[in-house]
Amino acid sequence: MIERDVLQRVLAGALRTGAEFAEVYGEDKRSTSVGLDDGRIEQVTSSRSRGAGIRVVKGDTTGYAHTSDLSERGLLAAAEAAAAAAGRGDGLARVVALTPRAANRVNEIAVAPDSIGKAAKVEVLQRVDEAARGTGPEVVQVSAGYADSHKRVLVANSDGLLTDDEQTRVLLRVSAVASGDTGMQTGFQSMGHTIGWEVFDTVDVEALARDAARQAITKLRARPAPSGALPVVIQRGSGGVLFHEACGHGLEADLIAKGASVYAGKVGELVASPLVTLVDDGTMAGEWGTLGIDDEGHPTQRNVLIQDGVLTDYMWDFLRARAEGRPQSGNGRRQSYQHLPMVRMTNTFVLDGAEDPDDIVAATDHGVYVAHLGGGSVNTATGDFVFGMTEAYLIENGRITEPLRDGNLIGNGPQVLRDIDLLGNDFAMGNPGTCGKDGQGVPVGDGQPTLRVRSLTVGGTAA
Amino acid sequence: MSEELLELAERVVAQAGAGEQIEAYVSRGGDTEVRVYQGEVEHFVSAQSEGIGIRVIRDGRTGFASAGTLDPAAIAEVLAEARDNVGFGTVDEWAGLAEPDGVPVTEQVLWDEALASYPTERKIELARELERLTAATDRRVRVEESNYADAWGEAAVATTTGIRQAGRENGCYVSISTMASEEGGDETQTGFGFSVGRSPEAFDLDKAAREAADRATRLLGATKPTSRRLTVVLDPFVTAQFLGVISSTLNGEAVVKGRSLFRDRLDELIASPSVTLVDDPTDPRAYTATDVDGEGLAARRNVLIEDGVLRRFVHSSYSARRAGTVSTGNAVRGGFGGTPGVGCLALQLLPGNRSQDELVAEVDDGVLIQSVSGIHSGVNPISGDFSTGAAGLLITNGQVGAPVREFTIASTLQRMLTDVVEIGGDVEWLPMRAAGVSLVIRDVTMSGA
Repeated sequence: MIERDVLQRVLAGALRTGAEFAEVYGEDKRSTSVGLDDGRIEQVTSSRSRGAGIRVVKGDTTGYAHTSDLSERGLLAAAEAAAAAAGRGDGLARVVALTPRAANRVNEIAVAPDSIGKAAKVEVLQRVDEAARGTGPEVVQVSAGYADSHKRVLVANSDGLLTDDEQTRVLLRVSAVASGDTGMQTGFQSMGHTIGWEVFDTVDVEALARDAARQAITKLRARPAPSGALPVVIQRGSGGVLFHEACGHGLEADLIAKGASVYAGKVGELVASPLVTLVDDGTMAGEWGTLGIDDEGHPTQRNVLIQDGVLTDYMWDFLRARAEGRPQSGNGRRQSYQHLPMVRMTNTFVLDGAEDPDDIVAATDHGVYVAHLGGGSVNTATGDFVFGMTEAYLIENGRITEPLRDGNLIGNGPQVLRDIDLLGNDFAMGNPGTCGKDGQGVPVGDGQPTLRVRSLTVGGTAA
Repeated sequence: MSEELLELAERVVAQAGAGEQIEAYVSRGGDTEVRVYQGEVEHFVSAQSEGIGIRVIRDGRTGFASAGTLDPAAIAEVLAEARDNVGFGTVDEWAGLAEPDGVPVTEQVLWDEALASYPTERKIELARELERLTAATDRRVRVEESNYADAWGEAAVATTTGIRQAGRENGCYVSISTMASEEGGDETQTGFGFSVGRSPEAFDLDKAAREAADRATRLLGATKPTSRRLTVVLDPFVTAQFLGVISSTLNGEAVVKGRSLFRDRLDELIASPSVTLVDDPTDPRAYTATDVDGEGLAARRNVLIEDGVLRRFVHSSYSARRAGTVSTGNAVRGGFGGTPGVGCLALQLLPGNRSQDELVAEVDDGVLIQSVSGIHSGVNPISGDFSTGAAGLLITNGQVGAPVREFTIASTLQRMLTDVVEIGGDVEWLPMRAAGVSLVIRDVTMSGA
């Protein structure tokens, strides 16, 4: 993408005002997406995005500029802008010598999506549409999307690092609307992986589509969700977002550094039920949050954040690790070359417990069973977080009974972590997610076994 | 400057073959973001980008491609890709580009020269000043971050159907996030404040600082309330978010595709008679005021709900053609990387004439909602189910009292519209697609302990 000698000269230019650190992040991304709605392939879209972001760190200040002009002239101009943004000054001319380092190859791509014709991608969506509509006459509308992307990434910095990576993604999503006497209801399913077209050898797209349709149809007979604090059982693979919100964000070192997290100063303390071991792992083959290197060029790794309920560590990027004089953890990520990196999660999940999932439901007299969760959000400073339930049922006398209408659940992170009283042995990863922070979205994965929270506030309308 | 983009777009459109419709959308823009923490610049981001999106329609099939560059070779590649993509679309009898409709463009001042030449040092100083003012309000308050941001953009759209529009705009804002704790206490509450303008001269830093401090400090000691039904008074900022949800039910594309719960209710009473909802991007006070929509048609004032009666859905040229009506000038695009969708541009509720305090004085048992969370996760605009996390202050016998947090408020969109009791007179122009105003809604379920 950019020659080594050019990178060396650009980094030297970026350091000219006396900065301690400079970095070039280059990116070349091609993507294809197909949208189906209302029974029609609305359009096939191709896009290309290519550019570099240059970061200069001087004292406590970071300057950043980016350009879509990858010529030496364009890069030098961006380097100058980033250096000026980091603050004025004079420095000695510094020579930067880059040593190439190979990235982890965490994902083996068997069939590059680029090598597959657009007609085949269109056909996947047509199968999805047909399967969803065939689920029942109640299904009145279906929309579906397919997207693949191939991104080449290059990172070079003034510490001499030169590394690159290739990232391939395939995503499929489907949403269905069912209509009946009670109005309209919706269902959603998706799958996303960091492997190639071979994903369709193992994923049953028709089953995915039927599941979205089934959710919508089931909810036509849903009654209003209860209002108030109840035990909540969360199905395996659907509740990783709970941990993402209840504590994941609060364990990001940038928020810790500003005291904007309820988990600041708590390393070594019991912060969760002893049942809980929480891991963030960017190396899991094929998962949505998986990367060979993070967006600062650091290899991704497996980080244990909570071990048997005890907080073991936070997640780190370059800046925050440097401030603390400790190693990075492979969690420095950015949306694109137009964005500054910051501390982000990759794949965040809770390890298996010992319970049979059926026993967890049977042990619950009266509560709510959540089979699918929507998104969520958290205030890391107070720990209060919400997440939406998009498929849920009442639990009565230890049995799953009637479906419930959509609503939010609300809880306080540290309290909810302590209130996890039953943990299943049926771990599964969940749907692909996009995590938003400070205006940037990055792909993340999550997962957990079936579990019970002793008490969560269910935000319905029924007494 | 924009003329150059328009010429570029027209050169693409001129390459259309027989039976081929082409739309070229070209844009260029930049932004500055300064973040200050404890008096020092934490980061300074200076960004510029440009790109082109090309839509091709032939025999009722649509293809699209885009690239983040205006390099001539890349543009040729984008056109070729878009043409190739046409072959894979389904024939759609309503597919087509917008056509000039004779509606005159309301000229607006969207560009401020003072902002365009505003010195970098002053931008940093504004963020520092806001941090200083906020920290000085109250000993219990500390600042998490203080930001200055501005953005400029120019865009041009040209089509084979005769659309030819170009324009540019800029704007800026400051924002601040706060945390509050009692001395020696381990409870933390958070707040935020902001001020927006076409130019930094329009900022009210004192107000932003005061609101950011008040929002955090007034929640100190907040408890979880007991579940019950009561009246909610939504703060203007919350009302604006609520209107954003309502707008998706009035979207013409959702209507023609059968996804709007109000699709069969035109000219029926769907809200309290006190509700008049207007989408008016020609109102210069609106942060998202604009002269043309995403397809290059004149932006215009549309009355959506009048005295509680549903009067109109918003449309792009595509959804309008399907619905057998005309575009309302509501095509929206998220930049050069996508085709236009449909959306409201600048919503506002026709205000009443009383202050928030006067509204609160009428409420026996209620809660003043200061913030909501999870609007994107717990609200289903297709079924109408509404449930969000919230924080605020209890209202008892007309008096604002104890702070409450970690609860939800829930109802349905249909019921909330009919349960509107009163709209305040305290309109606030926010950096969102809807203006804020205090809104009283009865019979909402609060879920807490």
